Amino acid sequence: MGMNPKIAAQSGTFESSDVIFLIEPVPENSGRKIELFSTVLHQYGESFNKIVVEMLDRFGITDIHLIAKDKGALEPTIKARLETAIIRSLGRQDSTLV
Amino acid sequence: MLYIPGNNPAMIQQGGIYGADSILLDLEDAVALNQKDSARILVRNMLKTIDFYDTEVCVRINNLNTPFGLPDLEEIVPLQPSAIRYPKTEYPVEIVNLIRIIEKIEDKHHLPHNSMTIHAMIETAMGVQNVFEIASKFNRIDAITVGGQDLTSDMDIVYTPDGTGIDFARKRIVMAAKASHIDVLDTVFPDVNDDIGLRKETEYAKKIGFTGKAVINPRQIDIIHEVFTPTEEEIRKAYRIVKEFRTNSVAGIGVFAIDGKMIDAPVVHRAEYILNLANIELPPYPRSAP
Repeated sequence: MGMNPKIAAQSGTFESSDVIFLIEPVPENSGRKIELFSTVLHQYGESFNKIVVEMLDRFGITDIHLIAKDKGALEPTIKARLETAIIRSLGRQDSTLV
Repeated sequence: MLYIPGNNPAMIQQGGIYGADSILLDLEDAVALNQKDSARILVRNMLKTIDFYDTEVCVRINNLNTPFGLPDLEEIVPLQPSAIRYPKTEYPVEIVNLIRIIEKIEDKHHLPHNSMTIHAMIETAMGVQNVFEIASKFNRIDAITVGGQDLTSDMDIVYTPDGTGIDFARKRIVMAAKASHIDVLDTVFPDVNDDIGLRKETEYAKKIGFTGKAVINPRQIDIIHEVFTPTEEEIRKAYRIVKEFRTNSVAGIGVFAIDGKMIDAPVVHRAEYILNLANIELPPYPRSAP
């Protein structure tokens, strides 16, 4: 059984080689709305989307509004920032003081 | 050793190209309290993916007294960086606890207990008082370091470029490392615009026995290397000492002179250390007469 975001969350920065993810909860059965803005959209937009979809699948997320602003992040960074944003949006922020 | 903030992907992904002997991916003081989770996941992913070439990679975790230390270990230990750096070590029992947790995680992942080492950071007055016990008791500790900024803060004194306030601590920490036959790394020099001060402090650190120094900016690396790398003249002299010692020892002579200066075992030991630092193969023993 999947989980969907409970709270708005973000992770990452606007620095070069980084990406910032913003997540908003949406009503049930709204589906996934993904908006990607990237300095390398034409070259890597497809693989970026694939990473996002795989990560959402991994967490079983079906309903989400996700905005990504990418400044040329590598795959491990994209995955790390997205995983962080998802975990935060699920309200599982163990070991983090916010 | 170059400190790299654990939440900075641009710096981490270039960690292997700065020319440092080792890098330290920092989950502790370089990461804001509300970004600890983010940095931990980023460092974990980078360790899995990025090629750091022949640069040794260490990770500084948070102290186990904080809510972050245990989650740090759970994410980082399975990836077995060269070393875990443990901050603000004050008592040997903390290392006992740290090793117990590390080994439990290693067992869970079917990893050996003898690959990843531990660097204990001495950053408080209590740590300085207990440093020999910390340095000498544990096989997994292969280096200790002094953390100058935290130490001066703990001592309620101001860090000064001449290092007066932490001089006793530096020397005590060096002596504990030497007695335990492990490496000892000096603290960072915080002013990245003061190359003269950096060189002076590094020369002093080398003089009193440190085997390396931490840096906070890649541009400080060359000066550290220049100071710690033996000069060509030192290498030539060391090679000659070791070669002549070996020739003489075959003939049963233990003490001799080169250019009017007495050469005995301690001098030879120091010469061998210089050749090892320079990655120079020691000269062979001559064949004894039949």
